[in-house]
Amino acid sequence: MAVFWIFTVPLIASSLGVVVAKNPITAAMSLVGAFFCLAGIYVLLTAHLVAFLQILVYAGAIMVLFLFVIMLLSLQDEVLGVSRLKVMQGVGAVGCIGVFAVVYRAILASGGRYMPQVDEGYGTVKAVGRLLFTQYLLPFEATSLLLLVAIVGAVVVAKQRI
Amino acid sequence: MVPSNYYLALGAILFTIGLFGVVTKRNILIVFMCIELMLNAANLTFLTFARQGGNMAGHAIAFFVIAVAAAEAAVGLAIVIAIYRTRGTLHMDEVKVLRD
Repeated sequence: MAVFWIFTVPLIASSLGVVVAKNPITAAMSLVGAFFCLAGIYVLLTAHLVAFLQILVYAGAIMVLFLFVIMLLSLQDEVLGVSRLKVMQGVGAVGCIGVFAVVYRAILASGGRYMPQVDEGYGTVKAVGRLLFTQYLLPFEATSLLLLVAIVGAVVVAKQRI
Repeated sequence: MVPSNYYLALGAILFTIGLFGVVTKRNILIVFMCIELMLNAANLTFLTFARQGGNMAGHAIAFFVIAVAAAEAAVGLAIVIAIYRTRGTLHMDEVKVLRD
């Protein structure tokens, strides 16, 4: 239980930091911290492969891409844009709390159950890899096509003239 | 041991924070980061239910979500660069050609 709170409190704090940050670089760095804490939560859920992918792909690749774009754009203060009116922020907060209340009611209704014991190889690279290459082979291959399309699309959109 | 509804509540909190950012922030980059936060909340919920059910289907789904998020970030940031190059702004309310 203590380990759960050790990861949860910084996770919520750093994800709030993403929302309140004025500077995009501050937001990106607190998002990196949130991803690391979330990887710890995944380890608690015995999802070791997904925890490593979280650090490698999210905190490594995707956030480096974000930081590169932020550095590349060399943003001045007037470009960053002023936030919406306080009234709109309040309305948005009320709506989000409403969504949270609905979800939280559903979670309470489901009731908290303690996790069952799982066998030795649960969530390891071997077990998840076997699942990906047998039952989920077609989605797995479709993912490679998706990434190819994303590469081509990114080059086409960002290139100055084709 | 932590009961499963703690993890589910944590996922709901993360999703709500991300949703709040998407609704209220007007900087395209920060809106993108909040979308990543919401995808991660969905991943956490998938992994919790996978752990509770004792099968690993949720892990495969989380893998696909991470791949989709990578593709989304690549294309989305390319669009951000294109918008900045043509309009010189990252403010979402000023990008409204299709709305007018």
